Amino acid sequence: MNRFPLILVLLVMAACRQDMHDQAKLEAYESSEFFADGRAVRPQVEGTVARGQLRLDDHLYRGLQDGAPAVDYPMTVDRAFLERGQSRYQIFCAICHDATGFGQGMAVQRGVKAPTSLHIDRLRESPPGYFFDVITNGYGSMYDYSDRIPVEDRWAITAYVKALQLSRHASIDDVPASERGSLEESLR
Amino acid sequence: MHLVHGVATTSESLGSPTFPKSMAQIFHPSLNTVSRATIFGAVFILGAAAFGWDSLLRSPYVTQVGVARDQPVPFSHKHHVGGLGMDCRYCHSYVEESSSAGMPSTKVCMTCHSMVWNDSEMLAPVRESYAEDRSIEWTRVHDLPDFAYFDHSIHISKGVSCTSCHGAVNEMPLMWREASLQMDWCLSCHRDPQKYIGPRDRVFDPDFHPFDLDLETRQALAEENRVESLINCSVCHR
Ligand code: HEC
Ligand code: HEC
Ligand code: HEC
Ligand code: HEC
Ligand code: HEC
Ligand code: HEC
Repeated sequence: MNRFPLILVLLVMAACRQDMHDQAKLEAYESSEFFADGRAVRPQVEGTVARGQLRLDDHLYRGLQDGAPAVDYPMTVDRAFLERGQSRYQIFCAICHDATGFGQGMAVQRGVKAPTSLHIDRLRESPPGYFFDVITNGYGSMYDYSDRIPVEDRWAITAYVKALQLSRHASIDDVPASERGSLEESLR
Repeated sequence: MHLVHGVATTSESLGSPTFPKSMAQIFHPSLNTVSRATIFGAVFILGAAAFGWDSLLRSPYVTQVGVARDQPVPFSHKHHVGGLGMDCRYCHSYVEESSSAGMPSTKVCMTCHSMVWNDSEMLAPVRESYAEDRSIEWTRVHDLPDFAYFDHSIHISKGVSCTSCHGAVNEMPLMWREASLQMDWCLSCHRDPQKYIGPRDRVFDPDFHPFDLDLETRQALAEENRVESLINCSVCHR
């Protein structure tokens, strides 16, 4: 019997595989010939607002209260919130500003411009809304982080930076009376 | 044509198998053993071929394990993660929430490279990409076939560290694959995932591997994170 047709069919079937491997759908970050810029990830069309993303709240989205940098936080600040802020600060800021905020992060030691210390008087007196604005819009040679840090996290980082500043200028009077005993204990 | 005792005959002559006494046997009887050996040999050779094919499918030639890919910009995880100590999420920012880990836009590179190595020839494509709003086309290192479903976020939130699947990226000057990404690799973990669970806060630590911890600790963490064994076909083929 001549097996040639059978072998041919098997070979053709083996060749079909690729269709299922690379289907007509586009995955995230894949390139696409359909769009002029070659990207499968589509930017939002200019001048439109996505459903659920109407950002009217000036306080939450722009860090402004009555047109001035906000003094209050638009959410409650508790321990979990500060811890979230700490983790985000360490991911996005510590590489330049370092873990303590003096501005000697690893990237700075390798040649990136040294940022302002977060502990200078001007910044200690700046309200939370100001820090929210620096993260959202950048400042001088520092780029903005609005594309990667969601709004709530920007406030969390702000709260953590404020806590960092306090940690360098705190006195025993800032500690609630009920906790002072254990603090003095641990310093001994 | 038929073969009788190794002698070629025609059907007419089969009727009366009269062999001239004088005709010599063409094949020596010892060849019976040889022919048996050949039949056995064929089985063996087929087996060896199957084994060879299987080994080929698992070899770096097919799976690309350990093969560093050339990239349009020689970006080094060794420098940025190992040297500078950057967190994965500075660049792969969506890995905690979405199926795709996310790739950094060139703006992310420019947060530093507008200030450091900012006239280096090596980084020219990054600056051009940023100025002209054109993507850099990185060569993919990991790519599952489209019929398989994968999601980073669940693995991260259950405590499977990046190193379990991607290896020590802080030692990779150019990125390579640490695992084959074949189905049996996925299943080797999915059958018994408890072994591979680490603490959530060390998932992103490039120096951490779950096997640094003893088995009881890992199992306790798995219990805490309610890790299940998912081996239904529909988990990954949906
Ligand atoms: C790539 C390095 C880099 C990273 C990462 C970075 N910064 Fe900066 N930052 C700088 C530099 C440089 C300056 C000084 C800018 C100038 O004066 O032109 C600065 C300045 C600042 C200032 C002071 C603004 C002022 O009024 O003087 C604040 C506040 C600040 N950064 C907050 C942050 C926070 C919060 C993050 C994390 C979300 C962050 N930075 C991440 C480099 C960085
Ligand atoms: C400074 C930004 C940056 C940081 C930090 C970073 N990466 Fe990457 N990563 C990239 C870029 C750019 C690529 C694409 C080029 C390449 O493949 O090397 C990439 C590619 C990868 C890939 C391969 C993607 C593919 O093509 O399949 C993996 C896996 C990866 N990174 C894992 C990690 C892990 C794990 C960490 C943290 C330990 C990390 N990265 C930290 C920028 C970064
Ligand atoms: C946090 C700051 C920072 C970010 C973000 C960053 N880099 Fe770098 N990069 C550096 C520093 C600092 C060096 C110099 C390394 C050294 O001297 O050890 C460097 C060096 C390099 C080099 C030179 C070759 C080498 O490996 O030393 C290349 C190429 C490079 N980076 C590409 C990139 C790309 C592409 C991105 C974006 C995905 C990126 N970098 C993001 C800080 C950064
Ligand atoms: C359970 C194994 C596993 C773990 C854990 C894991 N990855 Fe992946 N990663 C994969 C697979 C599989 C792919 C290929 C996905 C595809 O082709 O759809 C991938 C792809 C990637 C890519 C390319 C972009 C993409 O999403 O396709 C990057 C970047 C990446 N991983 C980074 C990370 C980082 C950072 C971590 C740790 C936070 C991590 N991965 C943890 C298995 C894993
Ligand atoms: C090192 C261990 C490990 C490896 C390797 C691994 N996984 Fe997982 N995977 C897990 C764990 C743990 C879970 C969570 C199980 C649970 O829900 O408790 C999970 C869950 C999943 C889910 C369920 C997500 C959902 O939304 O239901 C999918 C899909 C999945 N993995 C796909 C894959 C694929 C595809 C691969 C191979 C490319 C792979 N995994 C490799 C450990 C692993
Ligand atoms: C943990 C995830 C996971 C589960 C569970 C799983 N698969 Fe897969 N499967 C994969 C991945 C990933 C691939 C792609 C492997 C590759 O790249 O070759 C695959 C590939 C395949 C292929 C194609 C093989 C090829 O060479 O093209 C078949 C057929 C298949 N799976 C059947 C099944 C069946 C049947 C089951 C249930 C018994 C199952 N799978 C369960 C992840 C899974």
